[in-house]
Amino acid sequence: MLITELKAKETILSLITGKVFVLNCHGCKEIRFPEQEAELLQKELANVTGTVTTDYICNPENLALRLQKHAAAMEEADTILVFSCGVGVQTVADLFPEKKVCAGCDTIRLPGFQGVTPLEYDCHQCGQCYLNLTGGICPLTACSKGLLNGQCGGAKNGMCEVDPTMECGWERIQKKLEQLGRLDALKAPIQLRDYSVD
Amino acid sequence: MRITELFDNGEFVVTAEVGPPKGINASHVVAEAKEYLSTITAVNVTDNQSSVMRMGSLPTCVQLKNAGLTPILQLTCRDRNRIALQSELLGAASLGIDNILCLTGDHTTMGDHAGAKPVFDLDSVSLLHTVCQLEKGVDLGGNPLVGEAPKFAKGAVVSPCSDSVDAQLAKMERKCLAGAEYFQTQAVFDSEKFIRFMEKAKQFGKPVQLGVIIPKSAGMCKFMNNNVAGVHVPQEMIDALAADKERAKAGITGVEIAAKIIKECRPYCQGVHIMALGWEAKVPELLKQAGL
Ligand code: SF4
Ligand code: SF4
Repeated sequence: MLITELKAKETILSLITGKVFVLNCHGCKEIRFPEQEAELLQKELANVTGTVTTDYICNPENLALRLQKHAAAMEEADTILVFSCGVGVQTVADLFPEKKVCAGCDTIRLPGFQGVTPLEYDCHQCGQCYLNLTGGICPLTACSKGLLNGQCGGAKNGMCEVDPTMECGWERIQKKLEQLGRLDALKAPIQLRDYSVD
Repeated sequence: MRITELFDNGEFVVTAEVGPPKGINASHVVAEAKEYLSTITAVNVTDNQSSVMRMGSLPTCVQLKNAGLTPILQLTCRDRNRIALQSELLGAASLGIDNILCLTGDHTTMGDHAGAKPVFDLDSVSLLHTVCQLEKGVDLGGNPLVGEAPKFAKGAVVSPCSDSVDAQLAKMERKCLAGAEYFQTQAVFDSEKFIRFMEKAKQFGKPVQLGVIIPKSAGMCKFMNNNVAGVHVPQEMIDALAADKERAKAGITGVEIAAKIIKECRPYCQGVHIMALGWEAKVPELLKQAGL
C-alpha cells in the first residue's frame, strides 16, 4: 500500500518552466492519492496545455496508448507535471526523454501489498521524491548506495561497483541532465534523507 | 596542526596512507610509519578500507599522534549513521585529531563481510556538510553543542582518471559547496589525463594532492586495470615492469615510474598523496627521486 502526498505548492510552482502538461494517475487501488488537493492546486496553474487523468501510467504501453490523443498538447508543453507514485513519474520520464518531467507528489510507504508495478522502475517510497533533481531517474533505486549527492568513486566503465552488469545510476543521471540541459540541478542544496517520513 | 594551514602557505604537501591491523596490536603500523613516513607532512589512516574489517581509524590515529606523527582520520559513511559519525567526529576532536578525510566508502559487498548492512545514511557530501555544522557549534539535528566547537581540516577525494570524469567533476563541485578544503585523488598513472582534469578542477580553487601508487608488478597493474575504479595503468608501464622481474620485485622500476609521474604532474597540483600498500619502506627513495 502506498500513499502519495502533494509536494508543497511553492515547490511545485518552482519546478515548472514554460508551458505545462498535467498528468494524474488514479490507477491502483493500493495507492491513496490526494485527489481534491491536487485538483485545487492544478486550478491555480498558468499556461496549461492539457490535463489528463488516467490509470496505471506505470505500464509503459498503457501510458503510450492513453496519451496518444494528447500528443499535440504534450508536444507544446515544456514541463510534464506528474501526480503519481515514483514509479509512474519514472515511466513518464523514460517515455519522454526530451521533456522536463516533474514529480508533484512524494511517495510514502504504508505496510501491506504494494500494487503491481513493472520491474524496470523501482520506488522505495522514500517520502521525499528526488526525481525533480535527477532527471526522473530515482537515485535511491538506480544507485546501489542510494546516494543523493552524486556519483561515488566506484563506477568503472560507467558500471556500478556493486553490480558490474548494472549501469551506474549517477552516470545515467549525469547523462540525462546533460541531455535535458539541466545540469544546474546538480547545484541544488545538499540533500539529506529524512527517515522519519519514509 | 591542520594541513590546510600548509596549503594556505603555498607549501607542497606530501601525505601517505597506512591501514590499521586486523587485530589489537598496532605497534607495527606505528613503527613503520615512524621509520619511513616521519619526514612527510601527515599520514592518512584508512577506515575499514575496501570494506574489510580492521581496527578503527581513530584509535590508530591516536597511536600515531602519540608517536609524533600527524594523522588524518579517514571517515566513511558505510558503517555508521549520522549519530555515530558525529559522535566519532567529536571524539576525534577531543583527542586532538584535527585532520579528516570524508568519503562515501566502498559498498559492504566488496569486503570480507558481504552480508553486512550497508548504512550510507549520509554520503561524502552530506558528511562534509555535517562537519561544517559541528564547527558552527550545532549538530545535524539543530541542537547546540556544549562548549568549544571542533575545528578540522576537511578533505575529500576525487577520481581524475575515471571514465565518468564529468560526474566526478560535478561531485567535486558539490563537495566544495559542502565545505571540502582540500582533495586527494585516486591513483594517477596517466599524467596527461591528470593535467587535463586539473585544467577543469582548478576553477574550484581548492588544493589537490596527486594520488600515487608505487606499482609492484605487471600483474598488480593488470589487476587494477580490471578491478579498481578510476585506475588505468598504460601498457608501456606494464611492459617496463614485466621486462625485468627482479628490478620490479626490488621496487626499482615502480619507484622510477611513480617518481616520473610526480615530476610531470607537480606543476599542476598542490601536493602528493602516496598509497604505499605495504611498500612504506620505498617511500623515502620515491621522495628522493621525485625531488621532494
Ligand atoms: S526518489 Fe525514488 S524512492 Fe523516493 S519517491 Fe521518488 S521514485 Fe520513490
Ligand atoms: S557506482 Fe554509481 S550506482 Fe554504484 S554505488 Fe557508486 S554512484 Fe551508485
